[in-house]
Amino acid sequence: MSEFLAVLSNYDLVGAYWLNIQLTFFAAVASLVIGTILALMRISPIPSLQFAGTTYVNLIRNTPLTIIVVFAALVLWPVLGVEFSTDFATNFFWLAVLALSVYHASFMCEALRSGVNTVPAGQAEAARAIGLPFLPAARLIILPQAFRGAIAPLGNTLIALIKNSTVAAAISVPEISILMKEMMENEGNYVIPIFLTVAVGFVIIVVPIGLAVTYLSQRLAVSR
Amino acid sequence: MKRTRVAFAAIAAVGALTLAACTAEPGDSGDDGTTGAEETTDEGGGGQEGTIRIGIKFDQPGLGFQDGAEYTGFDVDVATYVAEALGYTADQIEWVETPSANRETMLEGGQVDMIFATYSITDTRDEVVDFAGPYFVAGQDLLVRADETDITGPDDLNGKNLCSVAGSTSAQRIQDDFADQVQLIEQPGYSECIQYLLGGQVDAVTTDDIILAGLAAAEGSGAMVVVGNPFSEENYGVGLPPGSDQCEPINEAIQAMFDDGSWEAAIEANTEGTGFTPNADLNPPELRECAAS
Repeated sequence: MSEFLAVLSNYDLVGAYWLNIQLTFFAAVASLVIGTILALMRISPIPSLQFAGTTYVNLIRNTPLTIIVVFAALVLWPVLGVEFSTDFATNFFWLAVLALSVYHASFMCEALRSGVNTVPAGQAEAARAIGLPFLPAARLIILPQAFRGAIAPLGNTLIALIKNSTVAAAISVPEISILMKEMMENEGNYVIPIFLTVAVGFVIIVVPIGLAVTYLSQRLAVSR
Repeated sequence: MKRTRVAFAAIAAVGALTLAACTAEPGDSGDDGTTGAEETTDEGGGGQEGTIRIGIKFDQPGLGFQDGAEYTGFDVDVATYVAEALGYTADQIEWVETPSANRETMLEGGQVDMIFATYSITDTRDEVVDFAGPYFVAGQDLLVRADETDITGPDDLNGKNLCSVAGSTSAQRIQDDFADQVQLIEQPGYSECIQYLLGGQVDAVTTDDIILAGLAAAEGSGAMVVVGNPFSEENYGVGLPPGSDQCEPINEAIQAMFDDGSWEAAIEANTEGTGFTPNADLNPPELRECAAS
């Protein structure tokens, strides 16, 4: 055991997890923004916007994340010339954030839409009755209630996003799963302890978030 | 209600089929094994019964590569030669894919009998598994586009872009020795690196020279060349389960392969057209003593 701990101390586990957390943070913010816009499109009264929103969600939700991430690295950057920085590390980091955001936006959108469904139809009708157009009605009446009703599914999406951030390994972001491969390459006699260590790390990150989401979803739910 | 029931039945049917597919597979390959053994007894060649499971890479052209139902490459050729020396015919060999991270666990768990998968002998690996060989000494080298003249070795990489496989020792060595000057892309596989090299996003790809030669040979048309200035020594060994008694006979078979010229022929056949020649000072390598078991 002490030998294994000595091996662990040769590797920057915290730094690798920190990259996962950074990826998660930026992707969570971006995907929530895109997801909110998508949800607005899907509940809007304009058919073409509804169609565009539905198409995005169904297309992206049914595409494996790895394919989206690899597409960003092998097509978006070299072929289509999307470049965030000439520094490779920065460039790949933001490509990964982009891919993660695009993918999880569809799930954020659906989580939010489930929140919208918790808002009674009368609320929207009342908003229209006092003369509010769609966007102000959504901003002032529907979305505030929808977010409170959608905390649990949004939290689930966030937890999935944390774990999916390891897919960034596919495009050269040196996060924990690349470090795990490196450790296994060097320390063949500790393969199973290495697995367990990485898994426990995720449990340590994810469990508090799960608890917070449960607490908030009970605390903030609109009682009807 | 009725629709729900139909849906449940459909899901149950799909589940049952999936399970059936899982259980059927090992049975099938077992059948293949016995037929193979019977054939050899018919020939009366004093062959072994059953099959031998050999771990190789499936995605390294020139070394271990799955090409439809065929397996090709230098590792495959050496493995076939050794298996034949141990009394197994070619159709008694069951090729198993052993990715780098799984090699030790698959040997310890008995999923494979031996591994020929660009498996460098290192001290930490030596502690957990046994090695026969080495059957080849590779060196880390660079693969560049054929028109590249600036890069003749690792010291020319300042300000260049380099691609390697994530977590590999080659990537780590570059990071430790040159990271300040080069921009490194770490990809899951070498095929992505080749993509970047041909597309001009990176200037060089690095890993062991023979792997690079295999990649260049697979791409054909002489678009890429191996620089030929190796800067490490990788002893490719035959991975064996701990406490194996096969080390001595395998070493004898490898020595025989060196002596009768088929070792050299296998290298030439698998790296044709790339101008690759193995480091002559180190190849064919001196075989190690087998660990006393």
